[in-house]
Amino acid sequence: MKILLMGNPNVGKSVIFSRLTGTRTIASNYPGTTVGFTKGSLRLGQEQAEIIDVPGTYTLEPTSKAEEVAAEMLKEGDLIINVVDATNLERNLNLTLQLLERPVPVIVALNMWDDTRHKGIKIDVDHLQELLGAPVVPTVGVTGQGIRELIGRLHEATVPQVAHLTNDERWAKIGDIVSQVQALSHRHHTWREVLEDASSHPVAGAAIAVVVLIVAFFVIRFIGEGTINYITDPLFNRLWTPVLMKLSVVLGSGGFWHDILVGKLIDGQIDYYQSLGLLSTALYIEFGVVIPYIVAFYFILGILEDIGYLPRLAVLMDTLLHRLGLHGYAIIPTILGFGCNVPAIMATRILESRRERFIAATLVSVAVPCAALQAMIVGLVGKYGMQYVAIVYGSLFISWIVIGLLLNRIMKGFSPEMIMEIPPYRWPPWRVIGEKLWLRMFSFIKEALPIVTGAVLVVNILYMLNIFNYIANVTAPIITGLLGLPKDTVVALAVGFLRKDVAMGLLAPLGLTAKQLVISATLLAMSFPCVATFAVLARELGIIDMLKATGIMIVTAMVFGILLNLIL
Amino acid sequence: MLADRQLTLGQMGAGQTGTIIQILGGRGLNRRLDAMGIRPGKKVTKISSMLFNGPVTLRTDHTQIAVGFGMAQKILVEIEKPT
Repeated sequence: MKILLMGNPNVGKSVIFSRLTGTRTIASNYPGTTVGFTKGSLRLGQEQAEIIDVPGTYTLEPTSKAEEVAAEMLKEGDLIINVVDATNLERNLNLTLQLLERPVPVIVALNMWDDTRHKGIKIDVDHLQELLGAPVVPTVGVTGQGIRELIGRLHEATVPQVAHLTNDERWAKIGDIVSQVQALSHRHHTWREVLEDASSHPVAGAAIAVVVLIVAFFVIRFIGEGTINYITDPLFNRLWTPVLMKLSVVLGSGGFWHDILVGKLIDGQIDYYQSLGLLSTALYIEFGVVIPYIVAFYFILGILEDIGYLPRLAVLMDTLLHRLGLHGYAIIPTILGFGCNVPAIMATRILESRRERFIAATLVSVAVPCAALQAMIVGLVGKYGMQYVAIVYGSLFISWIVIGLLLNRIMKGFSPEMIMEIPPYRWPPWRVIGEKLWLRMFSFIKEALPIVTGAVLVVNILYMLNIFNYIANVTAPIITGLLGLPKDTVVALAVGFLRKDVAMGLLAPLGLTAKQLVISATLLAMSFPCVATFAVLARELGIIDMLKATGIMIVTAMVFGILLNLIL
Repeated sequence: MLADRQLTLGQMGAGQTGTIIQILGGRGLNRRLDAMGIRPGKKVTKISSMLFNGPVTLRTDHTQIAVGFGMAQKILVEIEKPT
């Protein structure tokens, strides 16, 4: 049996999904978190039912790509759990009535039930059930309230006998239902609403945005640096180094396997940045430096997502983003990109047109450095002073603006206008945030570790075969002549195709000056995407547009590299 | 004086409330707004608009929705008399 979870965007389908199936999914407080679909299973007596978390939709007559997916999937469902936001009964019932017109059983989960009380909304559930002709169960996804009852009453859902209505008839019927089952009582403005209104105000909102972003940046840095200095570095230096040194002795302090596993000893010691062994550098970069920042970034992102701040940021950024051929909502993929470009590019699906998706995906892959790369940039470039880090970020920001302006000019078409629901502020649901953080960290490790290990392995073998010398000599005119970098830097730039964090790590032993490090870091961030981003670009944009985007990246990287070399 | 009380959502001041009387757009726009619960007969309150013809945030029932300025200019609202 196939059970579809359907409802308006941001009514809590993903939270209910994870409650029903025990599967962890990413849920946030903004519309459009689920762009693809997630499957899970639920045991119903003897039967194993498949549950599908369908992207949110306002109507079955699709107006965006995510809604098309939803309408398409409806054909396959055997049962529909229609998740309804109890605080927005009228608008939500529009989809409910459309679903009830289809020949498929529907059960309604009246979610966010807890919110109705402090919003002064009273709903007569029994009467609503009667009027709809379908079972209605009040639920609170975040706490799990009502989920058991929902499962227990799935069998009550039957194919409804409702005639097809025109749009006006449907709204009239909804108005009738709502007036019968819902009673509103007046209540005072809460501090939450004061804050909501302030962050939508053009001036106060901008001030809040600046404060939020600055605080977010410093908290991420504080958590990241703190974890590195007080947890991962001591762990590696005190516990892991002695183990590796023993292994080094066992392996005879040199030779093929020694160099692959432990890496080269620098002055008889392991240097985690320079040794380049699988168990030294590869492990250290990922677990010692990158993971602390990944955790810090996703923790803060999770909070921003779940309190419902990001849509407000989208509204504030809308005017600027229009100049770049996008609209406000594109800020969400952009911010996701600071964690990892892969989910960011997938999230561009929430944008309406192909043109917007191309611009957004290209801008993310050129100008938005992922957390892994940023951890290494802050670690390596930051040693020379934060002003150098600022130059890297400044260059990226300028490239973001310039490429956006150009693409908006050059590409045919226009950027459509934004229309977006702004969710209420919610107190962060720590359980959801914790699960999301764990899920994102786990999938980072799962995806990154094999590639990081592979990259370090390949680099070692190529070094041994002396292939890099050959490449370095061939590319020397560009690397040294135009960019002012030592010819060996090309190794790191080439490895950037596999993993940008490892590539940054390869720059460490080269003894670059601050200027050279700034140029290399900027090049790495802008030039062609890492292999995982490459794959997702090809999948989302198609091969041709992916190649176009890559062309833009390479040109941008060269232009900025040369300019920085001239200016600095 | 009836005409004076009709404004587009874009022209309304922050905090003003009124009833939507018409959406001056094509079928596509009407459908998209309709799906989100913005349709003639609905009471809306304008919360704010961003500078430089940025998006307009409005409240209808318990929902806040932001729409682009162009769309806001197509939503015609009859303003309630100040009390």
